[in-house]
Amino acid sequence: LALAGAALAGPAEDELVIETDDGPVRIVTKTAAPAFLADTFDTIYSGWLFRDDTTRDMERDDFDNPAMVFVDRGMDAWNAAMGANGESCAGCHQGPESMAGLRAVLPRVDAESGKLMILEDYINACVTGRMGLEKWGTTSDDMKDMLSLISLQSRGMPVNVAIDGPAAHFWEQGKEIYYTRYGQLEMSCANCHEDNYGNMIRADHLSQGQVNGFPTYRLKDAGMVSAQQRFVGCVRDTRAETFKAGSDEFRALELYVASRGNGLTVEGVSVRH
Amino acid sequence: MNSHLWRVSAMVTVIATPAICETAPKDVSFAEGAVEASLTGVPGDPANGVKVMTTNALGNCVACHQIGALPDVEFPGTIAPPLDGAGDRWSEAELRGIVANAKMTFEGTFMPAFYKVDGFVRPGDGFTGKAGTEPLAPILNAQQIEDVVAFLVTLKE
Ligand code: HEC
Ligand code: HEC
Ligand code: HEC
Repeated sequence: LALAGAALAGPAEDELVIETDDGPVRIVTKTAAPAFLADTFDTIYSGWLFRDDTTRDMERDDFDNPAMVFVDRGMDAWNAAMGANGESCAGCHQGPESMAGLRAVLPRVDAESGKLMILEDYINACVTGRMGLEKWGTTSDDMKDMLSLISLQSRGMPVNVAIDGPAAHFWEQGKEIYYTRYGQLEMSCANCHEDNYGNMIRADHLSQGQVNGFPTYRLKDAGMVSAQQRFVGCVRDTRAETFKAGSDEFRALELYVASRGNGLTVEGVSVRH
Repeated sequence: MNSHLWRVSAMVTVIATPAICETAPKDVSFAEGAVEASLTGVPGDPANGVKVMTTNALGNCVACHQIGALPDVEFPGTIAPPLDGAGDRWSEAELRGIVANAKMTFEGTFMPAFYKVDGFVRPGDGFTGKAGTEPLAPILNAQQIEDVVAFLVTLKE
């Protein structure tokens, strides 16, 4: 046991090339840290490198990736005439490949409204404003199916979220949350994912807590988990009052955490346990 | 007669209620991190200390620490120093202080304070994610801390 622990100490030495219908896609799971992290890390790693062999293998081929079921469901919704007047996503946006590149630059500040937008916000803007429907719940199945479909269109593209200009003050807010020690356990994201990545917290191998893989199929939940949902879970585990998924705080946090992964590529949809 | 019996057992309950001789979390006095006096006056039970240290919902010390004397614990964490020899490195009073509030010994440490009830940022109601109201119940009660300390002092190299 002690030996197994020691062997698992660091990220795996492994490469991820995913077999897809459109040929192999190479995923950058390890790269130089963004400049603002220079005093913290040399290298950033995808959470994929911290999972065991079996879990890693499930992401190597779309045929074995259980998240693809949810992508297919997202595709059905994309094409469905579900709007109050029969509108569909496809009717306005053509194929989902029109969304290529979007996931890699989110969250971002919307030029018109000045609001910090996560992908869920863009989807809901169309669901309510352009289709006349009730807002989808931030962590509802409808929402996560659509997140899966749209994220997949950016697979293999480098994460490149803006942290300056109008994003700067949201980014600072997210950074502050990242380093705050919440709850009765008085733990921050940084305590686990910056100071202790590579270590075992009981049976869990701590990663850097990157969001490039989201949404992810989590074997333990047998379903999709969005980044917003993962944040709720991690803060709850510190015996704290969490922020809500989709709250201003967690949107700012998603921007900050995403920026820590600038240079990794989008995996969405990934597999974790 | 029934009511008489009930009154007797109620009295027993009052006597057994630890609050009488227990040091409340806010009243613990730390001297350079150490806590000299027992929190309960009742000797600790090392066997129960082991249970507290290895149970998720209680101390869950093994989430972070390895303990050579407990080889049956599956998947102990690797975050913190192994506790082997802790009884040589630290006095009983120092160990009591570390378990009650490790921040008084190691400034800014990752180790949670197990006998602290307020001063938290967004305190929760256990692991529900909902708001808790301070003072919270400490993660471990006074006797559990004494039990853990009774086990730690036995960890000699
Ligand atoms: C008590 C320790 C702890 C704290 C505090 C914590 N996490 Fe986590 N987190 C974990 C564990 C354990 C996992 C699952 C294994 C892993 O990927 O690290 C995890 C996973 C994640 C993942 C998924 C990574 C992936 O690739 O699947 C993200 C993202 C994440 N955490 C973000 C955060 C953020 C943001 C915070 C602060 C709000 C935070 N965590 C606080 C323990 C923690
Ligand atoms: C009636 C037309 C219409 C419908 C129906 C519609 N959209 Fe949109 N959508 C737009 C317009 C217009 C924009 C803003 C301009 C743009 O970026 O294309 C937009 C923007 C978006 C964006 C942001 C794109 C970007 O690059 O900034 C996303 C994501 C999106 N829509 C998803 C959806 C989804 C998912 C559905 C179906 C559930 C949907 N839309 C339905 C018209 C529509
Ligand atoms: C979340 C992680 C974590 C948990 C849980 C935890 N500790 Fe610790 N502990 C630490 C760290 C980290 C240190 C090292 C002190 C430092 O420099 O921060 C430490 C130090 C100690 C020390 C002194 C180490 C030595 O031997 O010199 C003792 C004793 C100790 N812990 C006991 C416990 C007990 C008993 C529990 C459970 C009731 C516990 N710890 C739970 C992280 C943890």
